[in-house]
Parts: sequence; structure tokens; C-alpha cells
Amino acid sequence: MTKKSGSNSSRLYVPEPPFRPGDTPDYSYISVPAAHSPSRPDPLCDADETRAHATSLIRVLRFNGETQGDWVPDISAEVLRGALRDIALTRAMDERMFTMQRQGKMSFYMKSTGEEAVSIGHALALNDTDMIFPTYRQQGILINRGASMKEMMCQCLSNSGDPLDGKSIPVLYSFKKHGFFSISGNLGTQLIQGVGWAMASAYKNSDEIASVFTGEGATAEGDFHYALNFASTYRAPCIINVVNNQWAISSFQGIAAGEGETFAARGTGYGLATLRVDGNDVLAVYAATKWAAERARRGGGATLIEHFTYRKSGHSTSDDPTKYRPESEPEVWPFGDPLERLKNHLILIGEWDETRHAALLEACKSEVRDAYKAAEAMGNLSGETKVNDYTMFEQVYERPLPHLDEQKRMFAKERE
Amino acid sequence: MPQMNMIEAIRDALDVKMSQDSDVLVFGEDVGYFGGVFRATAGLQDTHGLHRCFDTPISEGGIVGIAIGMAANGLRPVAEIQFADYIYPAYDQIASEAARLRYRSNGDFTAPITIRTPVGGGIYGGTTHSQSPEALFTHIAGLKTVIPSNPYDAKGMLISAIEDNDPILFLEPKRLYNGPFYGDPHAPAKTWRGHELGEVPSGHYTVPIGEARKISDGADVTILAYGTMVWVAQKVAEDMGVEADILDLRSLLPLDIAAIEASVNKTGRCVILHEATRTSGFGAELAAQVQERCFYALEAPIQRVTGWDTPYPHAQEWAYFPGPKRVGNALRDVMEA
Ligand SMILES: Cc1ncc(C[n+]2csc(CCOP(=O)(O)OP(=O)(O)O)c2C)c(N)n1
Ligand SMILES: [Mg+2]
Repeated sequence: MTKKSGSNSSRLYVPEPPFRPGDTPDYSYISVPAAHSPSRPDPLCDADETRAHATSLIRVLRFNGETQGDWVPDISAEVLRGALRDIALTRAMDERMFTMQRQGKMSFYMKSTGEEAVSIGHALALNDTDMIFPTYRQQGILINRGASMKEMMCQCLSNSGDPLDGKSIPVLYSFKKHGFFSISGNLGTQLIQGVGWAMASAYKNSDEIASVFTGEGATAEGDFHYALNFASTYRAPCIINVVNNQWAISSFQGIAAGEGETFAARGTGYGLATLRVDGNDVLAVYAATKWAAERARRGGGATLIEHFTYRKSGHSTSDDPTKYRPESEPEVWPFGDPLERLKNHLILIGEWDETRHAALLEACKSEVRDAYKAAEAMGNLSGETKVNDYTMFEQVYERPLPHLDEQKRMFAKERE
Repeated sequence: MPQMNMIEAIRDALDVKMSQDSDVLVFGEDVGYFGGVFRATAGLQDTHGLHRCFDTPISEGGIVGIAIGMAANGLRPVAEIQFADYIYPAYDQIASEAARLRYRSNGDFTAPITIRTPVGGGIYGGTTHSQSPEALFTHIAGLKTVIPSNPYDAKGMLISAIEDNDPILFLEPKRLYNGPFYGDPHAPAKTWRGHELGEVPSGHYTVPIGEARKISDGADVTILAYGTMVWVAQKVAEDMGVEADILDLRSLLPLDIAAIEASVNKTGRCVILHEATRTSGFGAELAAQVQERCFYALEAPIQRVTGWDTPYPHAQEWAYFPGPKRVGNALRDVMEA
């Protein structure tokens, strides 16, 4: 790495990612554990027994499609084909929406490409009534839970079919009916709320758990630390997920964590159970989530799971990742692609083949195409927005207040 | 003279100060290698070194917290908060700490920090990329709050802010980064090229903090505005043929009350504009001060034109924004009263 001019004139240390545009990325120094360790302890074990898991990596799927190790889950081929479909469908939807944003149909979009297995594997291992506190990259959970893709698209298009009446920017969904908490644009804030949700669930003697998400970048917010602290103190029945996709917009993960640290290890000091999992391995994500969910449901308290994955696309439609990382980095990232890895596994065990795979991808594409057609028929942001502007005064409070009523009248006068 | 847009002017101010003073550091989320999501710090890391312009963890409280500590230890940090909508985790560090350090230590310690952050709507940013939270900060004793509306002022005021020994919140109306905005989102976008305030001298110069800028001279009505609303005001007054005394306040605290008083005493009418929500907005403070000082000169009730008292909606952005129609209605009311 060439150091920037003047770097050595100060003792202040500032970390830098190993590769920037113009470099040839080489991740051979990242050891991809071949032995599919570490062992799977009893879900009600002492948190201390998961200390090693915070610094190693749980993997199930080998690159050749075989499964191996303690964490191989008991899961039917039928369910796995469903997971494959969910990943492919999420990816196809992301593709389409990204393109449509580029055509001016919506103001913004965020893809989850490369990290779909985190959402899908996780959702598969939970009950649909468990409440998710997602970030903007867990659209896969909605897909898995059978949310209407058309409705999701209408939200992104801010049209007359948008269940949020255009109030929120695209992707910041809210789907209570699918156990999917309203997504805030403010990073980190919802982690501690999810812990509170879980505490309420325990108080009500309910079996439901909460599962909260953050990107690795946002773990730097104080709210993350509140969440770990409260989850530990009250043994809240929840799972705290850190999706480490290596990048937070243009900042590499070493900015959030300090180099040499894992995000899972953040939980150790708080006395939480900690797991670190290959996030491109849907079986490993499923197995780790199952373990944590069982622990939470049986009174063992919270688990911090770091999902180690890679953000293949830009942060959003607003940035160009080649400005801050090598263009080829997504290709050389040593953990493969979650869709390919699951496909290879299913083929290896004789439950899938290339023909069916091609048909699946085609089917996903046309499902997305049809849903988008139906959604756009209800309007989009670039045309005359079909959301009624007066809805902006609704749901500020439960009931209209006099000053807002007055402002509504002023607005009506403005529209004359 | 060099032509710059507001981003370039801000970058130039940072560059000038970093070149002049090795105590000036610039940091925030994505500001280092990438140069900021709005590109305001592009190239500064390359020019001044990794340790003088760098990325921080996503922790606004942390960003302002280190700025205070560095400033107390003799540096001149300029911290960027990516959007003003994300400043709240830093509120405690700003309100309880930066603003009060001088007072509680009776001058023993000080925190000469500058916090830059984009404000305002106009980019379909919805509830979390559009807010104008200035009133939450002008309410804090010990803090200065400024908001330039053009490249020339942005550069001169940012240099003043960095050189100022008090903590300063430097608000950047993001809709004005690339050009003046006259309130019609469907009109072709204007750039700063060709605008006289897009002419920005190179090198060091300052625009004093605490002085308003007169945008136009008129005897009919005083319009008090800042940020994006300055240019909306100018356009509406022109279109309506109203002879308006338009003051771009630029600095909210300290406030150029002398200029305001002189203008309202001359015109006898006053309209106050801001994009922020209405209730307890900065307009309320302005109306109170005008009333206290100019009551006997007033020929009509003071009018406020503001955003509605709702969160900033996404799709209804232009129904929320206090655009030409709302401004025009208020101007008419004041003129006819
Ligand atoms: C409190 C707050 N600060 C800053 C931002 C701006 N922002 C949005 S996403 C993002 C990066 C988040 O990175 P990470 O947590 O790793 O999640 P990822 O995008 O990789 O999924 C930033 C800085 C924000 N939304 N909220
Ligand atoms: Mg990330």
C-alpha cells in the first residue's frame, strides 16, 4: 500500500483497507476455515462456552457442495429448494428495482446482493410470529415470509398502492403482518428497541422472540452497546445480528471495529452467547439462528451473531463503489456466492440440476416482471405522484390536532 | 475570479485552512478516501494526509466527542455529520458538553469545534435526509449556529467558523450545493455558474459571523430568510413585483438584529421564512424579536411561512416544502393587511 503524503508526520493511527481502486485485491490472507468448526454446544450452555465461536467461523457448506461438521442442520431438500427460490427471487427483485430507479421510477433503492443468505437462512429458522427489527438489507426476510412483492414495490414507487402512503423513502418498509418492524432511516436506533420488544415478550410469558439487525458499520453507534448491555442484564429473548458485509458505504469494516477484532467478540464482554457464521452459507446461517432461537425461547437469553458476508453491489443507488474499492473485489472475495453455493449443494445431493435452475431463474424473473407491472400500474414517483398529498397530515398523532387542522386548511388554500 | 458551486467553496475553505494551520483536522463518516457523500472533502486526504482527513466509525456522538477532546487539546477540528437528520446521537455532546465547556470551567477549557452538516429538503430524502433542526441548536446557550445560502458566503463563513474560538454548527442547505433553487422543482436546475455569489476568491478571506446579507432593497416589506428559502423569497418577490427588503440572515446565533430592526422600521411589514416545522421554529424567535423592537412601526401582523408540523414526508415533499405558492400567499396577506 502506498501511504498518503504526510502520513508519517504524525503518530495518529488511522486504519486503511487493504485494497483501494487500482490495487489488485488478494484475500488469500483470510483463512477460509476448511474444518467446519467450531463444535455445536448445547443451546443452554454458559455464554462462556461460546467464547471461541466469536473468533472462529461456523460453516456447513463446503465449496464443492458437501456439508460437514457439527452444525449440519436437519432440513429437507424441499425446504432448501424454497430457500434457493427465495434467494433467487430477492436477487431478481433487487435487480429490477435498481434498474427502475435508474430509469427515474423511484427516488432511491438498496440491493442486498451477495448477502441474501443471511436474511433467508435466518427467516427460515424462525417462526413467522417472531418480530424482526431489520435494516434496509433484510428484504429477503419479507420474501421468505410471503409478503406481497407488489406491495413492496408499491412502497418503493411511493404510489397509490404504497401501504405507507409515500411517507417513507423506498425500502424502509413496515410490515407488522409479517413480523417486520418499521425500518428507521437512523442507524442503530432499533437494536435496543428490539431488546425492549423481547423483554415485553418475556414479561407476557410469550414464546415469541425478537431478532434485531445491524450492519457492521452501525455497531459503532451507542445504541448497539445499549442493546448488548440490556439484552445481557435482562436475558432478553432475542438475537442480535451483525451483518458484516465488509463495507459501510465507503468505509471498510476496520473503521467500525478496529483491525483484528471480530464483531461477534463484542458480545463476549457483555456476557452474551456469541456465534460467528459464514453468511454466504445459508445452511450455517440457518443452523446458528436455530441455536440462538432455541436458547432465547428456552430462557437462555440473547445471542450475538456475526454474519460474515460481502456487499457485492454499491451501498445504494446513490454511490459508485468503484470509487473506493477495487472493481474486481466482489469476484475475488473468498466466500463465494450464496446462491451458487446452495445450488451446488442441491445438485450434489441429487435434488437439483442445471435445467431446473435455469427454469427457476427464469420463473423468478417473470414473477418480478409481473409484480412490477402490476405495481407500476398504480403509479410512480416520476409521474404525477398518485399519493394523495393530504395524507402527509395523517398519523402524526392518533387524532388530528387543531394546529394541524389549521395547517391543512392553509395547504388547501395553497392548492386552490 | 474562480467560479465554484457550494461544495467546491466548502472544500476550498477546508483546503485553505488545512494548508495554513496544521491544527485543522477534518473527519466524519466517509469523508476520508471517498471525500464525503456530497464530495465536500474530496481530495483533502490526498493533499493533506491520511491523519488529517479521515473516516470515523458511524457514531455521531463519538465524532463530536473526539472533536471536543481534540479542540480542548489545542486542535481545530472540523467534524462532518453526514446529514443533520443523524445529528441527534451527538446532541448530548453538543448541548451538554461543547456548548458548556467554556462556561463550566470558567474559561479554563474551551471547545473551538466546527460541525458541518447538510440540512433541508428538496432531494426526495424523506423523513431522514431532509430535516432543518436549527431551532434545536439556537436554543442552546454557548453554541453558534450559521447557515450560508451561496458559495461565496459558504467559504468565507466556514473559514470564520474554523477560526472562531467558540463551537459552531455550520448548516449547509443541500438543495443549494449545486445551484440556487427558486422553489420550482420542475424548472430546469440552475447552477452557480454565472451567479455573482458563485464567484469565489481563491485563498483566504472571511465573511463575519453575525452579519446578515441584504439580497435586495425594497420599501414594501421585509423578508427574513435563510438557507434555501432565500432564493425562493427572491423569486417570489420578483414575480409578484413586490419591493422587498430581503435579508439572508446567514447567522442565526449571533443574530444581526440591527439589520433586521432597521429594515422592519423602514418597511413596516415582515414575513419570516423557514423550511423547518412551524411550532417553536426559529421564526418564532424572529417574530418575537421583531415585535419587541418594531411594534410601533408594524402595519400588519408578522407572517411566518414554514414547513408543516409533520415529519418531512417523502412523496409529498413538494406539498410540504414552503414553496412559491405558500410564500406568495403570505406576502399578499401582509401587503393587503
Ligand atoms: C445515525 C445515522 N448515521 C449515518 C447514517 C448514514 N448511513 C446510512 S447507511 C450507512 C452505512 C451503514 O453501514 P453498515 O452498518 O455496515 O450497513 P450496510 O449498509 O453495510 O448494510 C450510513 C453511514 C444513518 N442512516 N444514520
Ligand atoms: Mg456493512
